Amino acid sequence: MMARFAAALSVSLALVLGLAAAPARTAEVREVVSPGGITGWLVEDHSIPLIAVYFVFRGGAALDPAGKEGLAEFASVLLDEGAGDYDSQAFQRTLEDNSIQLGFDAGQDNFSGRLKTLTKNRDLAFDLLHLSLAEAHFDADPVERMRAALLSSLSRSLEDPDRIAAQAWWAAAFPNHPYGRPVSGTPESLAALDVADLRGFVDRRFARDNLVVSVVGDITPEALGPLLDRTFGMLPAQASSWEVPPAMLENPGSVTVVERAIPQSVVVFGDLGIARDDPDFYAAHVMNHILGGGSFNSRLYEEVREKRGLAYGIYSYLYPLDHASLLMGSVATQSARLAETIAVLREQWGRLAEEGVGEKELDEAKAFITGSFPLRFGSTDGVAGIVTAMQIQDLGIDYLDRRNALIDTVTVEDVRRVARRLLDPETLTVTVVGAPDPLPEGAILRNAE
Amino acid sequence: MTIRPLAAAAPFAARSLAALLLLVAALFVPGPAGAAIWNPKTFTLENGLQVVVVENDRVPAVTQMIFYKVGAADEEPGKSGLAHYLEHLMFKGTKGHPNGEFSRLVALNGGQENAFTSRDYTGYFQSVARDRLELIMELEADRMANLTLTDAVARPELDVVIEERRSRIDNDPRALLDERAGAVLYLHHPYGMPIIGWMHEIEGLTTEDARAFYARHYAPDNAVLVISGDVTVDEVRPLVEKYYGPIPARGIAARQRVQEPPPLTARRVEMASPLVRQPEWNRSYLAPSYLAGESDQAYALQVLSGVLGGGATSRLYRRLVVEQKLASSAGSYYSPDTIDLSRFAIYVSPRDGVSVEEVEKAVDEEIAAVLAEGVDPEAVARATARLESAAVYARDGLQAGARSLGVAVAAGRSIADVEAWPERIVAVTAEEVDAAARAVLRPERSVTALLLPEEPAQ
Repeated sequence: MMARFAAALSVSLALVLGLAAAPARTAEVREVVSPGGITGWLVEDHSIPLIAVYFVFRGGAALDPAGKEGLAEFASVLLDEGAGDYDSQAFQRTLEDNSIQLGFDAGQDNFSGRLKTLTKNRDLAFDLLHLSLAEAHFDADPVERMRAALLSSLSRSLEDPDRIAAQAWWAAAFPNHPYGRPVSGTPESLAALDVADLRGFVDRRFARDNLVVSVVGDITPEALGPLLDRTFGMLPAQASSWEVPPAMLENPGSVTVVERAIPQSVVVFGDLGIARDDPDFYAAHVMNHILGGGSFNSRLYEEVREKRGLAYGIYSYLYPLDHASLLMGSVATQSARLAETIAVLREQWGRLAEEGVGEKELDEAKAFITGSFPLRFGSTDGVAGIVTAMQIQDLGIDYLDRRNALIDTVTVEDVRRVARRLLDPETLTVTVVGAPDPLPEGAILRNAE
Repeated sequence: MTIRPLAAAAPFAARSLAALLLLVAALFVPGPAGAAIWNPKTFTLENGLQVVVVENDRVPAVTQMIFYKVGAADEEPGKSGLAHYLEHLMFKGTKGHPNGEFSRLVALNGGQENAFTSRDYTGYFQSVARDRLELIMELEADRMANLTLTDAVARPELDVVIEERRSRIDNDPRALLDERAGAVLYLHHPYGMPIIGWMHEIEGLTTEDARAFYARHYAPDNAVLVISGDVTVDEVRPLVEKYYGPIPARGIAARQRVQEPPPLTARRVEMASPLVRQPEWNRSYLAPSYLAGESDQAYALQVLSGVLGGGATSRLYRRLVVEQKLASSAGSYYSPDTIDLSRFAIYVSPRDGVSVEEVEKAVDEEIAAVLAEGVDPEAVARATARLESAAVYARDGLQAGARSLGVAVAAGRSIADVEAWPERIVAVTAEEVDAAARAVLRPERSVTALLLPEEPAQ
C-alpha cells in the first residue's frame, strides 16, 4: 500500500513542478481613467457578448446610526424600485425585458453592487445603474413593500440556526462595536427607518472619492471611459467623512450556548486573525488552508469528519475587516457529540500552534493554492470579484502576476511563527445554537433573543 | 428587487455545502440554455460510454464531469439514501489509489472537485489546469471499476451522511415540510422519497448495500462523460480510450420504475412548529417533464412560470405583493429535466398579520383568472425573450454547459434536443401556455403545504 502511494505521489509532484515552471495565464487588468476622471479597472474579454460592472462604495452597515440598524440594507433593496422617469414596476420591467441584472449589497465595511448585461443592451444598462444611484425615488409604496419583505426575511433568518449562531458570535465578540449589530437590523430598527434616512444615506455615502469600479467583459477602454462618466460622473466629489473605532474582541474564550430544540447543534468559532496588509498574511493564508481552509484535505476535516464522522463539514477562514481582523469557522454536529467536537477543535488549534506544519504538508498546501488560482478566472463574475477585491484591499494592479510567488515563498518557519501568533485554544470564542448534551466546558446558557 | 425564500428543498444532495449553494442557484436559472450555444461534440466508446466534449478556451483549464444513470429514484424499497451514500463512498479509495488519495491528488494538482446526487443521476466533477486532464481521467476511470469498500472507512461516512441529513432537513422545519409534501405529491413513484433518505433507513444502510449498488449501476455502459474547457475533441478521444476504454461493459439493464396512477385528489399538508416565525404557503402540481407526461407542454410550462411567477413584474408578484399587499414575496418555478413527472410550484410568504388562508384565496383567484381569460400574449413574448437571453449567460463559466448537457444525455435526451431549446422557447404561443396551464393547474394534481408558527408549550 505504501509503495503504490509513493509512486502516485512522485508522478503528481512532477506535475506540480511543471505547473510552477509555466506561469498560468489569468487575466490582464488595466486602469481606465474616464475623460471626467473616474477610474475603473478593466479586464477585456470578448469571448461572450456580456459585460459585468462591479462597484463598491467604501463605508457600509457599520455606519448605520444607532437605532437605525439595517439602513444600508434597506437602501440596497430600494435603489431599483423606481428612479428617474421610471416608477417601480417600469424600472423592474425595463431590467427584465432587456435581461439586465442589477443588484446591491450592504456589508459591514462596504456598500457594493453589480450590473450584468448583454453587450447589445450596454448603454441602457449603464443608464439604469446611473439612475439607481443618482435618482432613486424611495416612493412610499415600494418603501413599505420592501420593508415588509425585509421583515419577512429577518423572521426567516431568526429561524435559521446558522444565522442565529453567526449573529450570536458577533454580538458576543463585539458587544460595544457596530460589528456586533445585525447588518439586517431588527424589527424595531426597520420600523424606525423612513424616507429621509434613505435619502440621507444616498447623499452621504455615494461619492467619487469612496468609489471603486471593476469592469469585465465585452467592452473596450475607449467605450468604457465615457460610460464611466455618464454613470458615476454626477456623484459628489466626496462622501461624508466617517470614523469607525477599532473593534476589540471582548469575551475571548467564551462559550455561549443559545438553546434551541433542534437535533443538531450549529457552532460558529473565531478569534483575532491577521490584517490583509500584514507581512505575514500569506503565511497565515497557507496556515489556514492546512488548518481548515482546504475543503477536503484540511486537518479539521480529517479529524472531525473523516476520522470521527462527527460532522458533514467543518471549515475555517481568514476574515480581514477594516476595523478588526478575524479567523473564523463553523461546524455542526449532533447534540450528544457537540462537546467532543469542540474539544477536537481546540486540540487541533493548539497542536498547530505548538508543532507547526511539516515540509510535505506545506508543499501540498502551496501546490493547491497556487495551482487552483487560475480556476477562479473561468467566469465573468469570478474575474470581476477578484479585480474588485484587489482594489478594495489595495493589492496593486500587478497583483495577479505576483500572487503565486507570494504563496510560494512561505516557509515552514513562517507558518510556525504565524500559527504561534494566531492560534490560542484558550481565546477561541465559540457560540452554539441547539440543545447540546453534555454541555461544552465553560458554557454560558442564553435563551433565544 | 425581489427577495425570495428558497421555497423548495434543493433537488440535489451534494458533498459540500458550497456545491449545494451553486446548485440551488442553478435551480432558479431558467434553463437549460442551448441552441448552438455550446456546440458540443460527441462520441461513444465500444463499451457504451457516451462522451460529450464542450470546447471553450477562455482559460487554460478543463472540467471532467461524469454522470451515472442512477439516482435516488432507483433505490430499492427500504434502502432510501443509498445512491447518495455511495456517492460519499466513491471517495474512499481503490487498490491503486487508497482512501484519501483521490482528493489529495486532485488538490495537489490545484484541482477543485465535488459530487452530487439527484433523483435521476449521480455526478462527480473535477476542474484542473488543462495539462492535468490525464491525471483526473485516470483517477475517475479507476474508481468506475475498482472501488474497494471496508467497514472501517464506510461506517464513519454513514455518520457523516446522518449529520448531513440533520443539517439539511431535520434542523429546518421548512425542509421537513417540503420533504413531507413531496412524499404526498407522488403517491407511488419513488420521486416521493427524499434524496438523502429517511433517517431510519439511512441508519440501516450497510457497506454491503453500497457494494451491491455500485456493482449493479457503475459501469461505462451506464455513464455519460462530459469534458468541457480548453481541449479539443481530438485531444480528448485518445485519453478517454486509454483510461475508460479498457473497462468492460456490464450489460446494465434499463431502469425500471413504477409510475404514478392518475391523480384524483387534492391534498393538503400542514405543519406548525415553535421554531417557525415566518409562515409560508406553497403548492406543487404534478407536471410533465421533457420525457414524461404531455412532454410537448414542457416548453409552454417554462413560459407559464415566467409569466405567472418569474420576477417583480410577474402576475403573482404584482397581484399579491404590489397591489393587494398580502405577501412579502410570491413566485413560481418549474424544471422539466426529470425523467418522470416533474412539478410546477408556487410559493408565497404572507406579510405580517396576513393569514395563509387570505394568501391562498388570492392565489386561487389569480389562477382562476389565468385559466378563464388566458395569458396576455405580450407577457408571453416578454417571458420568451427573457428566457432566450438566458442562453447567453449560460455560456459564462468554467463548467458552462457541462451540467446541462450531462443531465440531459444521462436522462436519455439527445444533444440536438438540448440545442433546440431557445428556438422551441421562442416558438411558444399564448394558446399553448393557456393549454398547458389548464392541463396542469388542476386541484387534483396538487399538494398545498402550509408552514405555521406555534406557541411553544409551557
